[in-house]
Amino acid sequence: MHLSSKHLLGIRDLHREDITLILDTARQFKDVLQRPIKKVPSLRDVTIVNLFYENSTRTRISFELAEKRLSADTINFSASGSSVSKGETLLDTVNNILSMKVDMVVMRHSATGAPHFLAQHIPAAIVNAGDGINEHPTQALLDALSISERLGGLEGKKVAIIGDIMHSRVALSNIYLLKKMGAEVTLAGPPTLIPKYIRESFGVNVTYNIREALEWCDVANVLRIQLERQNQVLFSSLREYNHAYGISKKLLDSLDKEILIMHPGPINRGVELDSDVADSGQSIILDQVENGVAVRMAVLYLLSGRKESTS
Amino acid sequence: MEKLKGVNTIMEEDQLKLTLKRLSHELIENHYPFDNTCFIGIQPRGIPVSDFIVQYMQSLHPECKFPYGKLDITFYRDDFRGQIHIPNITDLPFSIEGKKVVLIDDVLYTGRTIRAAMDALLDHGRAGKVELCILVDRKFSRELPIQPDYVGKSIDSIVTQKVKVIWGNEKKVVLYEGIS
Repeated sequence: MHLSSKHLLGIRDLHREDITLILDTARQFKDVLQRPIKKVPSLRDVTIVNLFYENSTRTRISFELAEKRLSADTINFSASGSSVSKGETLLDTVNNILSMKVDMVVMRHSATGAPHFLAQHIPAAIVNAGDGINEHPTQALLDALSISERLGGLEGKKVAIIGDIMHSRVALSNIYLLKKMGAEVTLAGPPTLIPKYIRESFGVNVTYNIREALEWCDVANVLRIQLERQNQVLFSSLREYNHAYGISKKLLDSLDKEILIMHPGPINRGVELDSDVADSGQSIILDQVENGVAVRMAVLYLLSGRKESTS
Repeated sequence: MEKLKGVNTIMEEDQLKLTLKRLSHELIENHYPFDNTCFIGIQPRGIPVSDFIVQYMQSLHPECKFPYGKLDITFYRDDFRGQIHIPNITDLPFSIEGKKVVLIDDVLYTGRTIRAAMDALLDHGRAGKVELCILVDRKFSRELPIQPDYVGKSIDSIVTQKVKVIWGNEKKVVLYEGIS
């Protein structure tokens, strides 16, 4: 049994069976992570480079930890402080690294499609750790694992994705995954941050009223407002955003049911999520982080199996 | 099930049950009253063997406790590159620290599975002693220096043959010509 793809570039390319396989494998790795010795020797003979052309805390630490738990050798690369600032191209950088006998590449890049470009030019397996505003597949997988742990599956579950849908790779990967697994999706946020034809393209619901979305859903996945895009004037101020679209304890308590709150991090406390919501029992944000390591172990493990057998 | 070629039945159901019972008695002989012993079946195919043995021992000694776990070795294999194996559940609801551990599997062939199982086991703690209980031992085919302590049946076979324990309505052990 294999994944249908040699790389993990996006959820878009995966079949439902691939997603099920990754999540099932991740559950076994989660067991491994509960043990006194949290390490298995599966990827002893594999070397992985983490290429981060964009900042990251969680994803980078999570991938590195996953690689170490699988006994792989790892190299870390950040664009800042490297020869990228001397003008070396992406392909040159990667080919130079690969010539030192590296088997897999984990890459985050600010350009949409950068990992897809690499996949056409290099033999190593590539894991997309976020490309521009396109996809962030491992985040969607860990979100799916967290949801199915709490709700016992994804089929028929109602998930609201709230906030900056337009610029969010987390949102896009989540939409692909949830639709493939038979969940229902509603997008909520200001009209300026929700792409116009997304309803028709993906078969999702769209609402501009956050209360309506929360009353409908089982789980709310709240996205980060990307402060670096503040100068584009997509909403008038953070304070107003919080007033209209932020999630407060009062708003949650006024619903007639208890929903789960998720967030991919980093949280802007007091903007999209109030502090008392982020730290409440309804929040499964730290579960998501925990599951991230297991999901990434599963992805790396399953992709490494595609390597030509040496024995 | 796939169509098997050149099938030879090497153990019928009656004989299979007798053998499993004998293995149970040997374990009782060496480990009674099981104060410091635990039994671990190797996923996936060792489980029916270990289920039978543990249940049978329990029926003979209802006063004793039989710590019983299941060990998955997928992540410890040395051959997973060629074919990804889907992991099964590891379920060890007790500490193996200082215990006598009896590993139970269906067929012993190259010894590589047992090598992986020992690595997996040691990641759960330092066992006092590890023993190996095997239903069918394929003689003269070892690739590693591993020998069983309890053997159901020893057989001679050649590389192209395969041994399978069938746990359907009709339980039996068969030897057949492999495809590869």
